[in-house]
Amino acid sequence: MHPILGYPRRLAIYLFAWLTLSELLFYLITYHSGVGWLDAGIFFFPLSIFYGFVCLSAWYSCRGIPIEGTSFAGLIGPHLLAAILVSFFWVATAKAFARVLGHFERFRGAPERVANITQLLLIIGILLYLLAVALFYVILAQEESREAEQRAMHAGILARDAELRALKAQVNPHFLFNSLHSISALTSTDPKRAREMCIALADFLRSTLGLGEKELIPLEEELSLIHSFLAVEKIRFGARLQMEEQVDKDVLDCMVPPLILQPLVENAVSHGIANLTEGGWIRLHAGYDDQRSSVSIQVENSFDPEAPARRKSGVGLANVRRRIDTRYGNNASFSVEKNGERFHVGMLLPVEKKPVPA
Amino acid sequence: MSMPESKIRAVIVDDEELARQVVRELLSTHSEIEIVAECGNGFEAVKAVTELKPDLLFLDIQMPKLDGFEVLELIGTNMAIVFATAYDQHALRAFEVHAVDYLLKPFGADRFEQSLARAKQRIGGKLPEPSELKASTRAAGEYAERIVVRDGTRVHIIPVTKLDYAEAQDDYVALASEGKKHLKQQTISGVESSLDPARFLRIHRSYLVNLERVAKIEPYGKDTHLAILNDGTRLPVSRSGYGRLRAVLDQKG
Repeated sequence: MHPILGYPRRLAIYLFAWLTLSELLFYLITYHSGVGWLDAGIFFFPLSIFYGFVCLSAWYSCRGIPIEGTSFAGLIGPHLLAAILVSFFWVATAKAFARVLGHFERFRGAPERVANITQLLLIIGILLYLLAVALFYVILAQEESREAEQRAMHAGILARDAELRALKAQVNPHFLFNSLHSISALTSTDPKRAREMCIALADFLRSTLGLGEKELIPLEEELSLIHSFLAVEKIRFGARLQMEEQVDKDVLDCMVPPLILQPLVENAVSHGIANLTEGGWIRLHAGYDDQRSSVSIQVENSFDPEAPARRKSGVGLANVRRRIDTRYGNNASFSVEKNGERFHVGMLLPVEKKPVPA
Repeated sequence: MSMPESKIRAVIVDDEELARQVVRELLSTHSEIEIVAECGNGFEAVKAVTELKPDLLFLDIQMPKLDGFEVLELIGTNMAIVFATAYDQHALRAFEVHAVDYLLKPFGADRFEQSLARAKQRIGGKLPEPSELKASTRAAGEYAERIVVRDGTRVHIIPVTKLDYAEAQDDYVALASEGKKHLKQQTISGVESSLDPARFLRIHRSYLVNLERVAKIEPYGKDTHLAILNDGTRLPVSRSGYGRLRAVLDQKG
């Protein structure tokens, strides 16, 4: 939407400023040629308004040529060319208008007078157009900063949201209840394993504490969180749960948003493994992509395409996707793929190394 | 307390071995109860219950293959049912299928004994036995994504997207899917109410059709029409069914 044309109030202010400025200029020009200010005003009023609207078009070229990432010549060249063309067009219009007015007694000499100041008009036209260009760049910059602000705010809200949900999800009550139930089963038959499971559960709960406050954590930390989660689930599901992990050592110190992988693994367990009578596998792969510009992380699991639908499926995934989107925008990608009996989630995150402690 | 003449025969259904172990252990002090089967998924449960006809069923809800409610849909509720799950959101549905009790994991011996006492009452005939499982055990606005059918001890799962039409046949409904017909002991109205009315339409007293399968409608006789499905099947359309069909098809344009 055009930042001025789209808003009547802004358009009024713009035209008012434009009129004041241009009328002043033209008055100065004509003062020396002995034309009365009233006549000059009458002549230039429609022309100014007209030119004011013409210059509004500079918005589109400004938007097409962003200041950042464009060379000086690339920036000045097109705008100057446009300014000259637009100004020529406008001066031609002014001349035509003068000829029309020349039919009236009062403006008999108008065409000649305008012809005398053609050069001056051209220059003023160019300058005014460039002024409009400058104005639009200011508006663009302002819009951009407001957008950035909004994005930052949105990201903040989402992060807090994610934190809350993560806390809820981590201490997923059903995960907890089922685990506690398993522990209670083990207490009589296998107290040693019951204790192991208690400790694994505690490890997991402890490692999720305070994570919400952190913006990023090393991948290594996220992986150890997953390990303690799986340690619990492994006792619950026994041989039904097979985990394969293939992680490049080089990426362990890459920073990732906390709890960005754990929900994927939890999904793989509750929607994959839990629905398979004979059990299934989860594969986690992490490493650099070919250009070493991103970290590629994949979580794959087997699942039963005919399994009864479980409620809330997909919420965890949507959450992870949203968090990645807000944090990285176009610099990251996230994909979910269902292929027969294989469920695949992949993400490419920009490389951010763990800061070396001072 | 009068002892039953024969032992109470129980089946435990839970996909987690440790969860089954809890029930087994809590039952071990009850010599009057005999565990006749343990099942790790819905298919096994249907098979075991059909063959063994137990008096008492301990049933988990979220399981592979079939969930607890689908199992009940196939085997009926002519036994005492005790649900055992970590999820509390199914409690209402459990009451609708007349479960004896709803145990929330983790549960201890005291709570379990209560369930058992109630189950014995039901088995002793002191509580009314429900005759048929209601089809309305679903939250409002939620429709079935699949239909489960039992053929002896075997279970077929028909995703509703693969259901072409349903035909009433006395006490049964024949569900046509991928060229086969599966018989289910249910009324056609029961099937109709479990399906999304935007996708399935009752075109005749005896026929419910998947709208996506309808290729064209032809006049047939004085007041009736025929719906021709994509695979060439011809189904009768009653007068009122034709009105409904027209309304839906016109809406879709």
